[in-house]
Amino acid sequence: MVDTGEKIDWALLARLTPPSRMSRRRTGRVVAGVAGGIADHLGVGVLWVRATFVVLAGFAGAGVAAYALLWVFVRQEPAYARPHEVSPRERQQSYALIALGIGLAVTASAVSGTVSSWLAVPLGVALVGAALVWREADEGRRRRWVDGARTGMSGVLLGDGGRGALWRVLTGAALVVTGIGLIVWRSVDFSQIPFALIAVLATLVGVTVLTVPWWLRLVRDLGDERRARIRTEERAEIAAHLHDSVLQTLALIQRQAEAPREVLRLARGQERELRKWLYGPGGYGRAEDGVNGPVTLAEALALACAEVEDTFAVAVRPVVVGDSPLDAALHALAQAAREAMVNAAKHSGEAEVSVYAEVEAEQITIFVRDRGKGFDPGIVSEDRHGIVDSIRGRMSRHGGDVGLRTAVGEGTEVRLTMPRAAGAQPAPTPSAQTQPTRAQPPQETREAT
Amino acid sequence: MTEPASEPAAEATAGRKHSGPVRVYLVDDHGLFRAGVRAELETLAAEVVVVGEAASVGEAAAGIRHVVPDVVLLDVHLPGGGGVEVVRQIRPELPRVRFLALSVSDAVEDVIAVIRSGARGYVTKTISAHDLVKSIKTVFGGEPVFSPRLAGFVLDVFTERPGSTVVRDPNVDLLTPREREVLRLLARGYAYKEIATKLHISVKTVETHVSSVLRKTQLSNRYELSRWATDRRLV
Repeated sequence: MVDTGEKIDWALLARLTPPSRMSRRRTGRVVAGVAGGIADHLGVGVLWVRATFVVLAGFAGAGVAAYALLWVFVRQEPAYARPHEVSPRERQQSYALIALGIGLAVTASAVSGTVSSWLAVPLGVALVGAALVWREADEGRRRRWVDGARTGMSGVLLGDGGRGALWRVLTGAALVVTGIGLIVWRSVDFSQIPFALIAVLATLVGVTVLTVPWWLRLVRDLGDERRARIRTEERAEIAAHLHDSVLQTLALIQRQAEAPREVLRLARGQERELRKWLYGPGGYGRAEDGVNGPVTLAEALALACAEVEDTFAVAVRPVVVGDSPLDAALHALAQAAREAMVNAAKHSGEAEVSVYAEVEAEQITIFVRDRGKGFDPGIVSEDRHGIVDSIRGRMSRHGGDVGLRTAVGEGTEVRLTMPRAAGAQPAPTPSAQTQPTRAQPPQETREAT
Repeated sequence: MTEPASEPAAEATAGRKHSGPVRVYLVDDHGLFRAGVRAELETLAAEVVVVGEAASVGEAAAGIRHVVPDVVLLDVHLPGGGGVEVVRQIRPELPRVRFLALSVSDAVEDVIAVIRSGARGYVTKTISAHDLVKSIKTVFGGEPVFSPRLAGFVLDVFTERPGSTVVRDPNVDLLTPREREVLRLLARGYAYKEIATKLHISVKTVETHVSSVLRKTQLSNRYELSRWATDRRLV
């Protein structure tokens, strides 16, 4: 019994807990914190991750490529993250591993011939140069987080690292330029292509490689800003709504503290309003815009219950199973149910009225029930008889039926039955009480085709 | 430890029907609401006693393990995973602890999720103190508590919908006509005794039907709970 339930709930849990996202280490890193990030994410030793990258680098430089891609696409961990310690020995070990990795990549590609040997060396040089520049950009980003915003290319690339950073960036740029220059010089037959074209192309490639961090930052900052703006707007909307509704009602309640009946009415009205805002159609918890007036039976019933609650200060709690779009017959049904509620609120002497509606394939049934004093259907007072008749009239005009069950001291129950129009289908959205039938338009198109 | 020392006759710790008050643990993230329920329950101290309270999933799990209450009053929405998570953590360890969900939520998914995880009932927070105590005692006695709204939700879950393509297991995915009838009467606001009279069956039989409905709700695979996770933006 528990097994099946748990199976489903685990799936649910997986959906509910946000997936832990991998992030690059900000502190305690050697190159870009990629290996450290992976180690933290997988819970393995960082040395193993680094060794794996080195071994992979032996396969046509796959490790290097993987590292570079992770560097580009994985975010750095937030600035407030717990700092990672790195011992001098570990750092030395890492440098040795980096050298080993680069060596392996170069040798392996030279031996296997995937990249001809003359290309491997300048490519390596360019990569090391790019790594230097990118690393400095990472640093600059961190400093910006600490010192406040600074924009512009120099800010991104240099941060406030001073002379050392400038030298590192220049060295990196020089290495990239050298690498690209070597490749161009060795591979292109200058007699065939105009030299200017080659120069332009080489410059473009070099600039692209060097400005990758800047482009990335541009894209990410744009995303961050959009998220922040959306969040602010949502917050403002919630604040505005709470002020207009809940705070005002609380103020009213404080002023009316001497009148319990009035307080109860205010609290009920506010509860209903907030509920509609949170869970109702067009409400905050739903994706749709608000609609004017009820469009489904459940909404019409909820509205009727609300009116009766407000007018007669009784609790009316509707329970609705299924839902259906409102047509003339169902509108009459909802109005008849409202009459029955009014009847119960006025005459039963009880403070609570139960309303239950069920939408079935062939018919819709609504029960309105109170546990009040009831009456003898044989000897009814005039006004009461009139109300029952008005309900009956409404229902029979649309082909519906009314049943009445009551006895003195045993409460009253009115049963309203309305056959559904031919061809009408229950609204496809599973809904209880105030849930919307938002899948309606697609359903209509389905019927039309 | 397990029984209040002030009750001399409360040594019968063996059965579920010991004579002391039912020991209740409150889990709700609103301190104000906890205080309110505690104050209300204290006026009926002969029947129930609040032995602890918690405001989050972690706190609740630790507290419940420590005091081992009879019944846990559980809010559906909680920081740290919701009421569902508390039930999931505690149930395998302490199967004797019963859960009663208490919520203002109107969303069928929330309520059904906590019922499926193993709670034995659901009542709304507007319930009166008297009815709450009655519900606590019912859950303590091992019976489910179906408020009219929960009955409506469950009916909704089991109602056939056009276009539903989920594979069905007839043993758990369909209600018998009698179970459906009982559930409908519950949704209409009838008490067990009234249902028994109306259907000419014993109260015991009504209880059996309701228990069977609860079991089917917990086993059924008809309701795609994942919709809950994807649809809702507010927790």
